[in-house]
Amino acid sequence: MSEPVLSVRNLRLDIPTGAGTLHAVRGIDFDLERGETLCIVGESGSGKSLTSLAIMDLLSKRIERKADKLVFDGTDLTKAGAKKMRALRGDRMAMIFQEPMTSLNPAYTIGDQLMEALLLHRKVGKAEARRRAVELLEKVGITGAERRLSQYPHQLSGGLRQRVMIAMALMCEPELIIADEPTTALDVTIQAQILRLLVDLTREMNVAMILITHDLGVVARVADKVAVMYAGELVETGTAKKVFDAPMHPYTRGLLRCIPVPGKTERGSELGSIPGIVPSLVGKVSGCVFRTRCEEATEACRGEIPYRESAEGRHNFRCVHETGRRAGVEEPA
Amino acid sequence: MPGSIRVFGWLEMARTADTLLEDIQGPTPGQMLRKRIFGHQGLLFGVAVLGLLLLVAIFAPLLAPHDPYAQDLLARMQPPVFLGGSWEHPLGTDHLGRDYLSRLIYGARISLLIGGFAALISGLIGTAMGVAAGYFGGRVDMAVTFLINVRLAMPVVLVALAIVAVFGGSLQVVILVLGFLLWDRFAVVMRSSTLQVRSREYVTAAQAIGCSTSRVILSEIMPNIVNNLIVVVTLEMAHAILLEAALSFLGLGVQPPTPSWGLMVSEGKQMMLFEPWLVAIPGITLFVLVLAINLLGDGLRDVTAPENRS
Amino acid sequence: MLNFILKRLGLAVLVALTVSAISFSLLFMAGDPAAALAGEQATDVDIEAIRRLYGFDRPMIVQYWEWLSRALQGDFGESYYFRLPVSDLIMERLSITMTLGVCGISFALLTAVPLGVVAAIRPNSLIDRFALFLSVMGQAMPSFWFGLMMIVVFSIQLNWLPPSGTKTWVHFIMPTIVLGYYAMPAIMRLTRAGMLDVLGSDYIRTARAKGAGEGRVLFKHALRNAIIPVVSLAAVQMGFMLGGSIVVESIFALHGAGYLAWESIGRNDLPTVQALILIFSMFYIVFTFLSDVLNAWLDPRIRVA
Repeated sequence: MSEPVLSVRNLRLDIPTGAGTLHAVRGIDFDLERGETLCIVGESGSGKSLTSLAIMDLLSKRIERKADKLVFDGTDLTKAGAKKMRALRGDRMAMIFQEPMTSLNPAYTIGDQLMEALLLHRKVGKAEARRRAVELLEKVGITGAERRLSQYPHQLSGGLRQRVMIAMALMCEPELIIADEPTTALDVTIQAQILRLLVDLTREMNVAMILITHDLGVVARVADKVAVMYAGELVETGTAKKVFDAPMHPYTRGLLRCIPVPGKTERGSELGSIPGIVPSLVGKVSGCVFRTRCEEATEACRGEIPYRESAEGRHNFRCVHETGRRAGVEEPA
Repeated sequence: MPGSIRVFGWLEMARTADTLLEDIQGPTPGQMLRKRIFGHQGLLFGVAVLGLLLLVAIFAPLLAPHDPYAQDLLARMQPPVFLGGSWEHPLGTDHLGRDYLSRLIYGARISLLIGGFAALISGLIGTAMGVAAGYFGGRVDMAVTFLINVRLAMPVVLVALAIVAVFGGSLQVVILVLGFLLWDRFAVVMRSSTLQVRSREYVTAAQAIGCSTSRVILSEIMPNIVNNLIVVVTLEMAHAILLEAALSFLGLGVQPPTPSWGLMVSEGKQMMLFEPWLVAIPGITLFVLVLAINLLGDGLRDVTAPENRS
Repeated sequence: MLNFILKRLGLAVLVALTVSAISFSLLFMAGDPAAALAGEQATDVDIEAIRRLYGFDRPMIVQYWEWLSRALQGDFGESYYFRLPVSDLIMERLSITMTLGVCGISFALLTAVPLGVVAAIRPNSLIDRFALFLSVMGQAMPSFWFGLMMIVVFSIQLNWLPPSGTKTWVHFIMPTIVLGYYAMPAIMRLTRAGMLDVLGSDYIRTARAKGAGEGRVLFKHALRNAIIPVVSLAAVQMGFMLGGSIVVESIFALHGAGYLAWESIGRNDLPTVQALILIFSMFYIVFTFLSDVLNAWLDPRIRVA
């Protein structure tokens, strides 16, 4: 297997606050192969967006980023300066944001904003950039592309704007696209279209994608790999099939119980929920962060938590219990 | 709840968790407000200086060492103590031999009277117009917006000077002229504040249960825009004080021998070449008063709307 | 966009008409214009003759209409004091006031916008605090006093700058600073607040994600959006400044339109005062109208509605 396009080891993000250091993200590890789609799932505030911004080096200066390894396409990002990062952003790695309504600059035309990345990174003329912009607008399914180029963001609907954002991300044929909840702000009917488009295009162009979402239904449909995040840690990672078929971590199991499965979930039965709240991450964080809400919690959860590999391999989880369950407890039917 | 992609959103989440855990021992809203007030240096300075000047104005007859109107032509333009004068006249005397400190002390009355009453009158006019425009919308709003435009188009200093010239420069005339000219900002701010509040659920609820219009305005809208109103009051008070000083300085505001600070600057201007302190001193008191009112206003805005702080 | 401009133009014309009516009525607020025109020694018969001659005995609305139609042709009547056409008097002096206004607003913009931008890029830095200090001072300082203090320091003590007159550009330095400093705090605060707001917006992050450099992010993406409200404010301030130049002109004895207004008020020269109020109002109306047009042109959300 070739070198992964993105390799992350022990990524940590610290935010100094008045009350002490907030350890927002702790010890993230994952690899992403070329053309692969990794879904990072987790609830609001679990640090998924921070992680993606950290890879792009778009975090506010207040946030401290540390990592044992952060290599993108052969470049060590921990050592890359601002100039090197600028050269990579928009060219080799691109990002799609959650809010299409506010992510485009209201003062410039769609065409200007589409062409900008290409003009910044490649030695091409305006005419060439324009041709590429039209080509990509057509690719993301926008009709009358020529005419759209001279329109302003406020003249486009949310769905169209998100299509423009996708086209913009693809302008320089990047190796990696990070999409941070790209469909959350859209109408439900548009969500599926945009997601399909994004997945089809990344497959077609062999672009690796990190898709951040809290929608497990989406994950099941599009992910090659899944990473489940809780309170700043990856509690479980693995291929989509393995994580969904045999979730090991109690949190993942809890999450999966929260979604109804057609045909499996009985009408009128109660959906699962995970009681409790996310603990404060200010100051020293030790032991398992999920123990305050975990059904399987024991005294041992306060100690060192091993990162385990499940019996079948390519599937890891972070739990004191070998099988993700307290010894002697049978799975409820 | 959709995942927030903002870093600050994340921070908020973490804080929410904190406060939930500690909500029993945590500070009450009142304690937090007190902390904000006492942590705001500008606000404290403003309150202290304004309070002090208010006391000076009220107790002027007790504090002034001399009669502010008494002339002593033999003791004209005595320098203040720090320029080698005597303690008989701590801030010296003016070109008619009147005690400068006493005139300064009585001058605080003029400035505060004019600032206070002009802000009161313009506040009543502007608030009524702004709230009506914001609440009723449509034609009322169009009419009010038009009047605001007309008012803004008229050069304030020039119009005020002309009217004072016609009606004479008494204190009452100056107060009325400023009161009837400075309502524009009240109208603008109250209009937009009312517009914001008008569509809130609690207003709709009050309308739905059949509250009268005046009741909805007085008990649902006003309490929610009053903090903006207070900030404009301070701004316009400062504005009125500065304008009165400018009018008096130009000779068409309060008339001599009234001890207005602007008038004192104007009178000192004749002697500026030799005795610049005659101009400097009343200007500094004017500056300090207006500064205090502005800092109070800025502070109130920060304290009542902490999310507006940068 | 055309629709928007026509609407604004209509409003501007209506406002102008209303202001003209107000400044016309000033003439009658002041008492009997015939008596004022006739002078102090005039008899009742003289006054009555003048009343008829000038048409003061006709209905107000007729007189207003006549005054307005003449004013539109640039004829504001005759000055009571100089016995010269008011329009000649004003034209002669307007260039000084305009020079002062343009210099003042330029000074304000050239100091306030860069300071506001830097303050927004580095909030709570030394420069930010300095900018805040300057604006707090500017808002509290009476401009007439600031002007006099500058004369005391730079003309009397240091003897660097002339205290009055209009002969050379050096004469305009102090008046420009005093007038400009009046407009500076508001422009600076708005620039800072606008930049802070824009810099925290999603599209700035998009620009960064595209690999745009800091300079490009700040000037192409951020400033372009933050400057739009500043343009309107500057136009409004320019209108205020021309009206407010009366104070500065009187301190530095610049014989401009403001100075003329001050003198004419003192002399009860009502036709001149009326004309000046109207002209200063027109400046304000024209500037705000132009700023609306400029705004619509700068902001695609208005331009391409």
